[in-house]
Amino acid sequence: MTTTLPIDRMIDTERGTISREIFVSPEFHREELEKLFTRAWLFVGHESQIPNPGDFFVSRMAEESVILCRDTMGTVHVFLNSCRHRGMKVCRYESGNTSLFVCPYHSWSYTTDGKLQGVPLYRVLYEGQLDRSEWSLIEVPKLHLYKGTVWASWDAEAPDFMTYLGDAVDHLDQVLDCRDGRPGGSEVIGIHKWILPANWKFAAENFLGDTYHNPSHRSVDMIGIGPSARAGQTGRRDNEYNKGQHVWASFPAGHGVHSVWMPEEFDYQPSYAQYPVVDEYFRHCFYERKKRLGDKARIMPFTGNLFPNTSYHGRQPRALCVWHPHGATQTEAWRFFLVDADAPAEVKDVLRRFYMRYSGPAGMTEQDDMENWLYATASSTGTIARRYPFNYQQSMGAYKHNDPIPGDVSTQITEQNARNYYQVYARYLKGESWASLLGTGDAVRAAAE
Amino acid sequence: MSRLDRLALKQEIEDFLYMEADLLDQRMFREWLDLLAEDLIYFMPIRRNVKFGQHAEKENTKQGEGISWFDEDKWTLGKRVEQILTGVHYAEEPLSRVTHMVSNVRLLEVSPSVEDPRDVVVGCRFLVYQNRVEYESNTFIGRRIDTLRRNGESWLIARRELILEQNVLLAKNLSILF
Repeated sequence: MTTTLPIDRMIDTERGTISREIFVSPEFHREELEKLFTRAWLFVGHESQIPNPGDFFVSRMAEESVILCRDTMGTVHVFLNSCRHRGMKVCRYESGNTSLFVCPYHSWSYTTDGKLQGVPLYRVLYEGQLDRSEWSLIEVPKLHLYKGTVWASWDAEAPDFMTYLGDAVDHLDQVLDCRDGRPGGSEVIGIHKWILPANWKFAAENFLGDTYHNPSHRSVDMIGIGPSARAGQTGRRDNEYNKGQHVWASFPAGHGVHSVWMPEEFDYQPSYAQYPVVDEYFRHCFYERKKRLGDKARIMPFTGNLFPNTSYHGRQPRALCVWHPHGATQTEAWRFFLVDADAPAEVKDVLRRFYMRYSGPAGMTEQDDMENWLYATASSTGTIARRYPFNYQQSMGAYKHNDPIPGDVSTQITEQNARNYYQVYARYLKGESWASLLGTGDAVRAAAE
Repeated sequence: MSRLDRLALKQEIEDFLYMEADLLDQRMFREWLDLLAEDLIYFMPIRRNVKFGQHAEKENTKQGEGISWFDEDKWTLGKRVEQILTGVHYAEEPLSRVTHMVSNVRLLEVSPSVEDPRDVVVGCRFLVYQNRVEYESNTFIGRRIDTLRRNGESWLIARRELILEQNVLLAKNLSILF
C-alpha cells in the first residue's frame, strides 16, 4: 500500500500549497483509483429509481460500471457490471426490470441477487469443473441505504456509512429530508450525464465550500434566473437566508459543507414570487419543519461535498452530483435531481424548470463553472506550470471547533474545507488505516497537537 | 396546382430556416429571438439506452415532465441571450464560433391547407459545429421537428424539438443556441 509519490511535499496544508500534479498527472489518477476509490464510500443511486423487485439502474463507481438492483425478494444489491467469464457488460440498458441479467457474449446469466444461473452446455463443457456458486457477479462488500440514497464501498473493512458520514449527516439530511422536515421522502426526477475535460477534484472542491468563486457567476446574478426572476428579481436564487450566519464546516473524514445557521428567531422569507401556490407550499413546509426539528431547523443548506466525490445542492436547486474520474484530466458527471415525492404537481414543475436552467451543461449558472474547471485543468498541465503549486492560504486558522455547529466551523469564506479535504486525500494515497482516514488515528491527533 | 404550391411553400420554409440559422451564426441573437412565438416550446430530450421494443415509451425524456437538456419557453431563451450579452458569461466569453447546418427538410403537416398555410410542421436534420477559444470543438448532430406559424410575410417558431444523437453528453456545455 506504499506509494512512491512525494505526497507530503505536494500537499502541504500547513503552508497552504498544493501541487498542480494532483490535478493533472496520470500517476495521481492511478493512485486515486487504486487507493481512494477502492475504499471510500461512494454514492450509487436512489431507491426511488428501483421501487419494485427486479428493478435495476446502471450506475458508476469511479471508472467502473455497476448495477444497482432490487432482487426479486426485495433486497438491494450493487454489482460490478461485468461477466465473470470474459468481462462483457451484462447490462447495457440504463434502467428497467428483469429476472435475469444475460451476458450477450457467451450467454452466462445471473439472477437479480447476482448468482450465476445459466451456463450454456454446462453438462458437456463444465461438469465437475465449474462451481457456479463461486462465480456470482462481483458484489460490493459494503452497502448502506440512507433516506432513499444508496451508498457502497469496495472495502470490506470500511467503517459503517453513518460513522463515515459523522456530523456531516446534519447537512446531508437537509438535502434528503422532506421540505417540511419529515425524514427522507425524496425522489429522483431525472439525471444528467456528461463529460467534462477537467480533473474531478475541481468540481468536488467547488461544492465543498468554495464560495469565493461567486464572481464567476456574475452574469446570472445580473440578469436573474432564480425562482422569482420572472417577477423581476435579480440573482440566481431567492434570498432565503438573509438573516442567517453563513458557515463553512469541515469534518474529520474529509467532508465539507457551506450551510447557513439561522438565528433563534427566524421567519419565512417569501420566495417563488411568480408562483403563489409554490410560495404557499414552501411557507407551509417552513413552519412544519420548524415545529418538527426545533433547534436543528436552524441549519439550512447551500452546498457540500461528501468525501470524495459526491456533491450536493441543498435547496435552490436540489440535487446530488457525482464526479467520476475518467482519466487525469477528464470527468464524467452524473447529477440526480431531487424533489419531495409527495409535493404537488405544480411545485414539482416549477422546481424542475428552475433546476434545468440553473444546473448542468445546459444550466446558465454551471456552464461558467465548467468553463473554469476545463481551462484551470488545461493550463496546469505544462512542465513550467506544474512547478508552481496552487495557493490554499485563504482564512488560515480562522475557524472554531464545534461552534456554533459540530465540525471545524468558519464564519468567513475559507479554504479550510479544502485544506482538510486534501489532508484526508493524502492519507488515502498513503494507504493509512481507517482510524486515520476517519480522523481518529494517533498520527492525526499527534499532527494536530 | 397544389403540387406547385407545395414546392413553393417548401422553398419558402427552407429559406426561412436558412435565414434563421444565419442569424445565430452571425450572432444576431436579439433578431433571432424575434422569430420565436410568445408561446414557444423549446425542447431537447435526454436519450437513453433502452431494450428493443421500448423505444417509443422510454428512449427519450418527455416534454413537460422530469429533466431534459432543454424544456423551456421564450422567457428562458431570452435570459440565455441576455446572459451572453452581459459579456461576463464566461462559458461564451469570448464567443464561440458556430455554424448551423440544416438539411433533409420535409414538410410534415400543413394546416389548414397548402393553399393557405398557417401552421407548418417541418422536419429536418441539424449539424451544429462549435469551435471555442483555441482547441475546443463540438459537433451536435440530430433530428429536429419545428412547428412554424404564419406571421405576415414571414414565420414564427412555435415549437422546436431537438433530438440530439447522444446519450452521455459529449460536450461540457450546451451554451449555444440551437
